[in-house]
Amino acid sequence: MTTAPTTQTSVQPTAVPASNSVAETSSRGSMLTIRNLSKTFRLHMLGGVELPAISEVSFEVLPGEFVGLSGPSGAGKSTVLKCIHRTYLATSGEILYRSAHRGTVDLVSVAEGEILEFRRTEIGFVSQFLRVIPRVGAQDLVAEPIRLRLGVDLETARLRAASLLDRLGIPRKLFSAYPATFSGGEQQRVNIARAVAWEPRLLLLDEPTASLDKRSVDAVVELFAQLRENGATMVGVFHDPELLERITDRVVRIGAEP
Amino acid sequence: MEALLRAHGITRRYGPGCALCLDSTGADAGTNRCPTCGSVWACRDVSLELRAEEALGIVGESGSGKSTLVKLLHFDDPATSGYLELARLRQLEGIGGIYADGCDWSRDLFSMDRYRQRRVRDASMGIVYQHPHLGLRMGVSSGGNVAERLLSAGWRSIGAMRQRASHLLERTEIPLSRMDEPPRNFSGGMQQRVQIAKALSGDPPILLLDEVSTGLDLSVQARVLDMIRTLREELRLSMVVVSHDLGVIHLLCQRTMVMKNGQVVESGLTDQILQDPQHGYTQLLVASQLQ
Ligand SMILES: Nc1ncnc2c1ncn2[C@@H]1O[C@H](COP(=O)(O)OP(=O)(O)OP(=O)(O)O)[C@@H](O)[C@H]1O
Ligand SMILES: [Mg+2]
Ligand SMILES: [Zn+2]
Repeated sequence: MTTAPTTQTSVQPTAVPASNSVAETSSRGSMLTIRNLSKTFRLHMLGGVELPAISEVSFEVLPGEFVGLSGPSGAGKSTVLKCIHRTYLATSGEILYRSAHRGTVDLVSVAEGEILEFRRTEIGFVSQFLRVIPRVGAQDLVAEPIRLRLGVDLETARLRAASLLDRLGIPRKLFSAYPATFSGGEQQRVNIARAVAWEPRLLLLDEPTASLDKRSVDAVVELFAQLRENGATMVGVFHDPELLERITDRVVRIGAEP
Repeated sequence: MEALLRAHGITRRYGPGCALCLDSTGADAGTNRCPTCGSVWACRDVSLELRAEEALGIVGESGSGKSTLVKLLHFDDPATSGYLELARLRQLEGIGGIYADGCDWSRDLFSMDRYRQRRVRDASMGIVYQHPHLGLRMGVSSGGNVAERLLSAGWRSIGAMRQRASHLLERTEIPLSRMDEPPRNFSGGMQQRVQIAKALSGDPPILLLDEVSTGLDLSVQARVLDMIRTLREELRLSMVVVSHDLGVIHLLCQRTMVMKNGQVVESGLTDQILQDPQHGYTQLLVASQLQ
């Protein structure tokens, strides 16, 4: 993308229509450009009642930046993250993402196959809860994405997983145990390890530290700092406003002004 | 990921059909049976695409047509209409008349003769049926069940077949000491594992799984699912996974289709289907399953 200013004849493969040159221009330089993003849930069981979750949300995220989302409970912070991840289908608006290999695409409308490819190679999501996999122990759970996404052999992947779990203070004796039986905080740390192990280029964090004690939070914060040094861009929601201020570069407020 | 299989407008009707059928059946009508002529539209106008190394989930209530769809894809049952194509696969190169010169996709496989369909199926697909008795001969030894499939795929050496069968049964954790026993003697979980061994015997790129873990108790289910995950990765399988259990779908599938009364009412990324279902029926399904 080091070419002259974009013209109508750009050869860059992109899912954004060529006519959308305004969008292209203003998203230049940013990793994510979110514009007028709205999401309304329609509940058919309740006679089609409509629940607006977010309305006209706009913000930008620069490469390497850590942007925090704040706002009162129910303001739609997680909804924004889930729309970026396409776990939720946006009702309107756009999410322009400057991908590593596919040019700039609108995550709201790009094909499912592309989204899956991004999730495999670029975009990671850390939820609040660990999704356990039957008969897979903690260390292997973390090693799996390292192996599958980075093409690393099993032994190396397990070593990397172990050092990550060490950093997050998971006792070695739990490494081969099934996380289904772990405490909430232990599960959450395994969850973070699994989600960041392959070092996604864009990381979406949905209250990843909600049930962690102070020591664990510090370990996680340090881990995030290192991921950023390695070039990751992050957008996150944290339940603790002080933590949010401390670890992010900038806070974007979602929902009505207080 | 490249597409491997695509199906368009697949329909299976049981019965004569009449002029009123289409309006009085389907998801909106709430039934798959035409009140006028009694025809059952088990599967209606279903289109899908399966990509390489992808698992596609199919969910829906009992009778929505999931098993019918899988059986149509496996040529067990002839489609009333629609077509099915496979991408150019090394496994199919030897079968004449499948690909037109220079085409990346096969001709419509539904309109091929039974002989070719069987060869295509043996070379490219394995299936695990909802009911083990559909996929296994209960009185024949487990090794024999696998060998039967190999025989139909053109294997001739008894020694080689026995070796392949024991390898597969070992992979699916059936003790070799029980290879000569018939599946009739086995538990439900073991029967499903023999079915998996049989399904994988021809080294197919595509695996069709119809309720592979339904009805098994939880620890047995976990074992079967773990095995499928491992085999999928090792053998780089593409899978169609039918299940009542949204947990199984979530575990295995990147994309999911929701069926009701023979029709697809919604399809999308699995996490989207589970967390932001669009169709009223899917919302009900999700609400009923997740507390
Ligand atoms: N040979 C047949 N003749 C008539 N109707 C049939 C035949 N086979 C299936 N059906 C009907 O087609 C519909 C779809 O059946 P199918 O077995 O595909 O459902 P399913 O979604 O797999 O259900 P389940 O979840 O209970 O396994 C049902 O109404 C069934 O009764
Ligand atoms: Mg069925
Ligand atoms: Zn009719």
